[in-house]
Amino acid sequence: MNINFWLNGVCINCEAEPDMILLDLLREKGCYSVKRGCETSNCGLCTVLMDGTPVLSCSILAVRAEGHKITTLEGMQKEAEEFGSFLADEGADQCGFCNPGFLMNVFAMLQELKDPSEEDILEYLAGNLCRCTGFAGQTRSILKFLQYKKEQKEADNA
Amino acid sequence: MKYVNQPVRKSDSMALVTGKPVYTDDISPKDCLIVKILRSPYANAWIEEIRTGTAQQTSGIACVYTYKDVPQKRFTLAGQTYPEFSPYDRLILDRHLRFVGDAVAIVAGETEAAVDKALKRIKVKYRVEEPVLDIHTAKDNAVLVHPEENWEAKVSFVGADNKRNLCASGKEEKGDVDEVLSRCKYTVDRVYHTKANQQAMMETFRSYCYIDHFGRLNVVSATQIPFHVRRILGTALDIPSSKVRVIKPRIGGGFGAKQTAVSDVYPAFVTWMTKKPSKLIYSRYESQICSSPRHEMEIRVRAGADENGIIRALDVYSLSNTGAYGEHGPTTVGLSGHKSIALYRHTEAYRFSYDVVYTNVQAAGAYRGYGATQGIYAVESAVNELAAEMGMDPVTVREKNMPVEGGPIPGYGDCGDIAPSCAMDRCMERAKEMMDWDAKYPCRDMGNGKVRGVGVAMAMQGSSIGGVDVGGADLKLNEDGSYTLGLGCSDMGTGCDTILAQMAADCLNTPMENIVVFGVDTDISPYDSGSYASATTYTTGNAVIQACDSLIEKIRTLGAQMLNVAPEETEFDGEAVTAGEKKVSLKEIAIKGTCGNSQELQVTRTFSSPLSPPPFMVGMAEVEIDRETGSTRVVDYVAVVDCGTPVNPNLARVQTEGGIAQGIGMALYEDVQYSPKGAVRNNSFMQYKIPSRMDIGSIRVDFRSSYEKSGPFGAKSIGELVIDTPCPAIMNAIYNASGVRIRELPATPEKIAMGILENEMKVQN
Repeated sequence: MNINFWLNGVCINCEAEPDMILLDLLREKGCYSVKRGCETSNCGLCTVLMDGTPVLSCSILAVRAEGHKITTLEGMQKEAEEFGSFLADEGADQCGFCNPGFLMNVFAMLQELKDPSEEDILEYLAGNLCRCTGFAGQTRSILKFLQYKKEQKEADNA
Repeated sequence: MKYVNQPVRKSDSMALVTGKPVYTDDISPKDCLIVKILRSPYANAWIEEIRTGTAQQTSGIACVYTYKDVPQKRFTLAGQTYPEFSPYDRLILDRHLRFVGDAVAIVAGETEAAVDKALKRIKVKYRVEEPVLDIHTAKDNAVLVHPEENWEAKVSFVGADNKRNLCASGKEEKGDVDEVLSRCKYTVDRVYHTKANQQAMMETFRSYCYIDHFGRLNVVSATQIPFHVRRILGTALDIPSSKVRVIKPRIGGGFGAKQTAVSDVYPAFVTWMTKKPSKLIYSRYESQICSSPRHEMEIRVRAGADENGIIRALDVYSLSNTGAYGEHGPTTVGLSGHKSIALYRHTEAYRFSYDVVYTNVQAAGAYRGYGATQGIYAVESAVNELAAEMGMDPVTVREKNMPVEGGPIPGYGDCGDIAPSCAMDRCMERAKEMMDWDAKYPCRDMGNGKVRGVGVAMAMQGSSIGGVDVGGADLKLNEDGSYTLGLGCSDMGTGCDTILAQMAADCLNTPMENIVVFGVDTDISPYDSGSYASATTYTTGNAVIQACDSLIEKIRTLGAQMLNVAPEETEFDGEAVTAGEKKVSLKEIAIKGTCGNSQELQVTRTFSSPLSPPPFMVGMAEVEIDRETGSTRVVDYVAVVDCGTPVNPNLARVQTEGGIAQGIGMALYEDVQYSPKGAVRNNSFMQYKIPSRMDIGSIRVDFRSSYEKSGPFGAKSIGELVIDTPCPAIMNAIYNASGVRIRELPATPEKIAMGILENEMKVQN
């Protein structure tokens, strides 16, 4: 089937088999940040944004992207570097395999929640598994990033 | 010192956090044949007939292989130094299928769809036999998992016998345990059962292969053991291992799973036969049903203490389930005794005996802790039960008996059974303070049907396999004055590439940015056993230090030559070689190295230690139990670790937090379960629940460091140790909160609720 969609701001026209899932199409298009950790919508590694909303690309048919704006970490490199350096400074990047899906959901959370508490953060990101860190370092990095952003905003206002 | 003991960012961090294509599947050639495996539906069956004709004729199929096509020499997939303790009990494909999921046929084709279609077209007639599924009846069972004549134990003293379903058996003892136990005022005799767990690293098993311009087999693999994979593939394919090159890119976690060459043989065989590139990416389903989970163990502990609470005797018997193949079977069981009995320094007598049995379930393998986790759960739980018998605080009994620096670690089997460095006492003191133990022990009623209890456990591990593991470091000075550090150990996300560069930077007195780390490529990297057995920091770290010292000598020698002085007169400060007023910069020496020079500015150093100095730690758990439902949550976990000098405190902290979380999974949730016919029940993340961030309460980590003289910058290991305390500490906390002893993991709400009910009924009666 022929589909048209926006991938990281670029209009894509391509063929996709009816049973192809979005995850495979995105990797085929060179978005290797999109990872598969399971086949059962449990791990969150394949998280991408569809019109700004986080979705599991393993559980969406490629043809469903028709007419939508898909964003992967390849399209958010500046943001990835900015938040990613907080993650790295905690040593919580570790093996890195879950990082892209985690970051995409963190970005969605930052859009959606104003001033989230630690509990809000854990709940929002509950679907993003990580086997290396025990999550504590990831949480620290988010809290420190939020504090940094807050201070940055205050400095801008002042 | 500028870098060691500093929380330096991992050198590969920015590539990882920005999602760069650095993992095996990201960099595999686009025209790879897709390899998949047809798997046995039966736990014990023989292939009577297998027809592949129509499968082979499927459009897009390159090849279909069965047991008739593969070499007939047996091998092991265990990543161990040759000769492996694990028996040679495998073929790439075998007529005899030994577990549900065992490989029946290999199919490779141009697309996944074609391969899936061909898999369905293979027609197999099986002769189904009764499987051996119960560890208690496996030994000397009439049904043999490995009846074949060419089964081979490379190392005779492990006590393996395929005609008895034994992968290993043995006994070690000191003194007369029964006699000492009979004199003890307090004794316990208990059986503890730990289950198989999946490492569940986020990146499943995978590799791709291609033939290079010399006709050699190149294997890019997500592995912890590149050099062992090279040997294993040589043996399995029956080709010289000089024909095999293994490259390790970034890998998405291992935790020991990738210390077994679980999936490499299949694409390697396809590429060797077809000469075409191929890849095999295990699904999560395959990673759940045919991989290398933790050995299930049933451990009986008899422990005795005198009237003063001094533990005088320990008797440990481990019955371990290696499954259908023997990978890591004979070695993991050893740690269940060596790392547990050694925690009690006053024992006059101990006995450690074991049987490792074959059964018709997926083969077990290496998982962080490697048997120590199971043994420490059992012995620490028995000591907690002994403390209850004595009416003693479980912290107090440990304070009386714990290992001390320079004191005995009975039966450890290394370091002369003496702890060369140990800060367990300070770990306990700090943990007590962090947990506010005295105020919280044993429990607090929170109202609303909830009760909180605290529990404690100690743990130790090793730092490398003493006298076996080999670390390698290759260091050269480049033309521009930078260094390249070539490593053969396998960074699996833990950050060893970074911490080894930290050490090198301090030795060479140069910025870390001036050191390029390279690894791993078996053609280029120095030999290294690999990243397992908590060896890398200690073993490869020492090799790095020695390489730096040797290279500095060479830099001084060349510098001295340039300055027309004797090498002994020179000094090197990282930037220049000086002799009194005379001075030549590192950059000038580096350039001199490339012009009219006959002295290599490159060294390779290899290090192996006869010692394996143990790291130590104390874990304390606080759990909250709902008395009505048995629902239990670890609300707080305190871990205080003596890993010697933490080379990178951030990475050491995250190692600890990650290990504790995995341990909480083992304690409360994770259990690889089988149907009565031997099929894995929890074959996806839907059923096999690893902890999410909602399941883990606070984990608080601190360090109390001893200084290990034989270690690099005083360091010992940390990677495995940190998974050893959660099971016993949490079970202790559950008991202190509810009075329920959980002796079979995991501690599910059902077990706890039923235990509470049973206790209430006992009181009523």
